[in-house]
Amino acid sequence: MKELNGIAVSPGVAIGKVLILHAEDLIIRKRPISDSKVPNEIARFEDALTKTRAELLSIRKQIARDIGRDHSDIFNAHLLILEDRTLIEEVISKLKSEKNNVEYIFSDILQKYTIAFSHINDEYLKERTADIKDVGKRVLANLLGSPREMLNKIEEPVVVIAHDLSPSETAMMRKDKIMGFATDIGGPTSHTAIMARSLEIPAVVGLEAISKEVVNGGTIIVDGNHGVVIVDPDDKTIQQYHTEEEKFVAFVHELDKLKDVPAITTDNVKIKLAANIESALEVKSVISHGAEGIGLYRTEYFYMNRSDLPSEEEQYMAYRQVGEEIKPNYVIVRTLDLGGDKFSSALDMPQEMNPFLGWRAIRFCLARVDIFKTQLRAILRASSYGNFKIMYPMVSTLSEVRQANKIVESAKQELRNEGIPFDENIDIGAMIETPSAAVTSDLLAREVSFFSIGTNDLIQYSLAVDRINEKIAYLYEPTHPAILRFLHQIIENAHKSKITVSMCGEMGGNPLLAVLIVGLGIDEISTSPFLVPKVKKTIVSISYEKASLIARECLRFSTGEEVKRYLNKQLRLYFPEILEMSEG
Amino acid sequence: MKHKSNSHESSVQTISKKFVVKNKLGLHARPAAIFVENANRFESDIFVRKGDKRINGKSIMGLMMLAAGCGAKILIEIEGRDAQEAMKQIEKIFANNFNE
Repeated sequence: MKELNGIAVSPGVAIGKVLILHAEDLIIRKRPISDSKVPNEIARFEDALTKTRAELLSIRKQIARDIGRDHSDIFNAHLLILEDRTLIEEVISKLKSEKNNVEYIFSDILQKYTIAFSHINDEYLKERTADIKDVGKRVLANLLGSPREMLNKIEEPVVVIAHDLSPSETAMMRKDKIMGFATDIGGPTSHTAIMARSLEIPAVVGLEAISKEVVNGGTIIVDGNHGVVIVDPDDKTIQQYHTEEEKFVAFVHELDKLKDVPAITTDNVKIKLAANIESALEVKSVISHGAEGIGLYRTEYFYMNRSDLPSEEEQYMAYRQVGEEIKPNYVIVRTLDLGGDKFSSALDMPQEMNPFLGWRAIRFCLARVDIFKTQLRAILRASSYGNFKIMYPMVSTLSEVRQANKIVESAKQELRNEGIPFDENIDIGAMIETPSAAVTSDLLAREVSFFSIGTNDLIQYSLAVDRINEKIAYLYEPTHPAILRFLHQIIENAHKSKITVSMCGEMGGNPLLAVLIVGLGIDEISTSPFLVPKVKKTIVSISYEKASLIARECLRFSTGEEVKRYLNKQLRLYFPEILEMSEG
Repeated sequence: MKHKSNSHESSVQTISKKFVVKNKLGLHARPAAIFVENANRFESDIFVRKGDKRINGKSIMGLMMLAAGCGAKILIEIEGRDAQEAMKQIEKIFANNFNE
């Protein structure tokens, strides 16, 4: 039994069998095959060789073009190894004589060669050992299938372990097949973590070396409540976890009672409580958790996991479905926020040194008006079937809002000309998530109908902290005085211009911080459906007056640590049940 | 140099020749890739023998395993229709010391 500590990103507990996804060193298990399966294994092997050859040729071409011929020569050696007749014949003859799965035989033979080469004292051969391992890894990856194929092939529920998971891989996960997951890297606000929460899959990230601690098929516990993973747990531990799981379910059940209660403070101040979604499938969960609308509909996932672009019709159908289901409550559709850590395979978006500061979100949309307008037309068409609002992501200057508004205007004109109905008065808002937008929020407030504060990016940009880098995760501090001042300033500027301001980032989903945010005067909070009951419980437990006093006091501290300590103390004094929820 | 003719089919022949590896890097290092690339241009089977080890000359892994360093004595055997041309080509790359 071994216990590892990471970052809890999605609540719940998963106890099950390990499935390792694209680990650095693939663990290959020996599996005997019947005589009749031999030709099938040979065919699989040949298929994997063909795929690997195509990969190598394409990489060689790309490197020759981007870096130069000298560097592409290394792939000639790779190709020679891949096409080596002795190696191929050895694999095929062993397949026939030993009758084991081809992955096992292939990696066994490769290992034999690498060991033999390591005994020859020659620098050149040592380098070739790395080449052989590299080629071997590619062939094995093709034999085992891509992570996506592996996820599709899962037949019985497993706990997925990986070095890292991309948002699109996480998006492929289904709760009935994936009980939970744990990864080496990642932070609490990576999109993978956000996806896990919205799919309600327990998850722990930032474990550093979990992918090397486990074997396929071993037993594991992923405790998404406390950020703990236990490899090979004993019976006593498993029993303890089962008991805790029952308690957790009871707690969730308790919160469910608040489902139809509005989010009003004890002194009668109404805070609108909405939820964030990634796909139309989640609307059910929004309603069942008692949210009063959708404060953030992320649309990037339309563009991911596919090789073409989504059509206007396809988007329109999805938006319309969401709008109709959530009616009379509203849905705020955030326009395409690609770039950063989210990319589309249909678009040739360049690799950047600083993708989060690069060609993303509204910047991308203003450059690719064709893609942007297709989405706007789809949202506008859907707007006659529900209560829709449009929101631009990552605004950093007012002229971006003006330019985008012009494109909305031209999309509207097209629809008018075509006689297609839409909501003429659709509200348009801006996300406030860059320091420049926060500082100039007085100017922005005059030209939009609402603000939505994206705290994840706002914190990342303001504190200059890469939210994915676990080494500096301790600097990612929502209670930092810079953040509190920004929030205070944004909310004041919004109210001066009589527009509403909501918060759709992770910060609003934390009960402790929700008290602070309500005290600062936020009108709406939108969070993962799963966290809605907790935040609602927080709002109905506090008085607005007390929260305002606490917030005002928080603005006077010099460090984030002091703010946190003070918040903890105040909550312990006045609202101990919220503190308990925050920690639980 | 020793020539052996195949008696059954006049066009298919087996020839062999001794070489001494004279280039600094030896046959197992970078020259292995050059050797294999050249060997692959011919239809004939090409074998390299060192001591009691005999490997396929079209296999880079085999050549590397043979570990024929500078000074090693090897025997190259070629079997097939284009054996003569293949041997000529191999003589050429040995004469050029594998472009070192």
